[in-house]
Amino acid sequence: MEAVGQIKAIDLKDEKPQPAQKIWKHKHILDLDDFSPSEIDLVMQTTEAMHEILSRPIKKVPTLRGKTVVTLFYEASTRTRSSFELAAKNLSADISNLTVSSSSVTKGESLIDTLETIEALGADIVVMRHPYSGAPNLASKHVKASIINAGDGWHAHPTQALLDMYTMLKHKNSIKNLKVTIIGDIIHSRVAHSNIWSLTKMGAEVTICAPSTLLPKGMDNPQPYFPKVNVTTDIDKAIKGADVVMGLRLQLERQQSGLLPSIREYSRLYQITEERLSKADNDVIVMHPGPVNEDVEIASTVAHGDKSVINEQVTNGVAVRMALFYLLAGGSHNE
Amino acid sequence: MAKKVIMTEADIKRTIARISHEIVERNKSTKNIILVGMRTRGVPLAKRLASNIESFEEMKIPVGILDFSLYRDDISSQDIPLVIKSTDIPFSVDGKVIVLVDDVLYTGRSARAALDAIIDLGRPLSIQLAVLVDRGHRELPIRADYVGKNIPSSKDEEIEVRLTETDEIDEVAIIPKPGREG
Repeated sequence: MEAVGQIKAIDLKDEKPQPAQKIWKHKHILDLDDFSPSEIDLVMQTTEAMHEILSRPIKKVPTLRGKTVVTLFYEASTRTRSSFELAAKNLSADISNLTVSSSSVTKGESLIDTLETIEALGADIVVMRHPYSGAPNLASKHVKASIINAGDGWHAHPTQALLDMYTMLKHKNSIKNLKVTIIGDIIHSRVAHSNIWSLTKMGAEVTICAPSTLLPKGMDNPQPYFPKVNVTTDIDKAIKGADVVMGLRLQLERQQSGLLPSIREYSRLYQITEERLSKADNDVIVMHPGPVNEDVEIASTVAHGDKSVINEQVTNGVAVRMALFYLLAGGSHNE
Repeated sequence: MAKKVIMTEADIKRTIARISHEIVERNKSTKNIILVGMRTRGVPLAKRLASNIESFEEMKIPVGILDFSLYRDDISSQDIPLVIKSTDIPFSVDGKVIVLVDDVLYTGRSARAALDAIIDLGRPLSIQLAVLVDRGHRELPIRADYVGKNIPSSKDEEIEVRLTETDEIDEVAIIPKPGREG
């Protein structure tokens, strides 16, 4: 199957028995840098099937009966955690939520201890959020269960990037050559990092825009390893002609850390406003991973306006996570 | 052992014409009938049946597409997850006569999964099953209401149904089971 970054207009010709079944290689979902375009396509297609289930009166299928999912969150979360929980329940998996105080993981061993306990409980999939980058990668080396990274430090948030891509595909025909502008606190944003990987892999033209203190160093002069993106500090230039404008939450503590002179100045210079948005493509969609600081990084009229797909992103998040649970638990992964 | 063609394009065409008439005859009208093709090859078969019925009953027959993968009983025994595609049944099944359409009836496990999938969508008046080929070896108490052709077969053989919509040619053949790779 040729990876095209499309979910629409799948005609019968595409339904030949596919070697696509051999596409899926992942036991864990840690970030999207090691995903092939075909794997991303497979996730999008599977998500489309799951999305149909969400439109039914009874949103439940028996697919993962008897599988156990454990969520292990070392950081606060509302939508991500409940999204994973609903996704697991829609597939009839059993789910257990572990709440951990962040103080207990400053030592590496205790994280592994916790994981060993979860393993003993019989988890098939562990959904993990952690303030330290790389914690899920460490975890994946110590348990037999599949690990899904639900956000680790500044590093990655792969399920968010996949639901973002699915939302784009629902509105645009293809990711290829799509102009996607990501505005805001890029350097601290795991959402932006994962999105850059997935979008560039599928051929989108990604622009990142922020004040220079919130931009990662060296992005305009990329290493061979890292994907190529456009970098600018000029928001008008960034938005001009964009098909997708994605805002990121400004983490308000950044002001205390001296990266921004004031929140007011930031919102004056970098807020996504209706006026700025009028320079984008006519069919632009506005996205935000949430939670939104209204009238800081995005004007409330834009966040709730007719171009906003922010609420759709939340619904699509459940479908994407169902797809990932299915792909991880659907096979026995004999290697 | 070589491939042996059991049904040619003309045979398939005649069989589909006959099943179309049987569906109408048995249900006495076409009013409440919905044809649901089971992915993959049930889908073009359901479409052909529908256009046949439409040609002599002058009534539009809705056709839905069902992917029953999520209801399979062998999901975790597969080495790799199966590719699933969307179910597309954009109408209510409540009170309707659902005719499930598939290419081959074998163990009956696909039909079992499809029954569960349909019942999750609502409460049809009845569910019937139409297949192009019944090859025997049932593992569940399931039978088809409309059978194109009974082909007694060995478990060491495979029935290969090819349709122009998916495979460029209309043909049913018996082939020896390919040996496991590796």
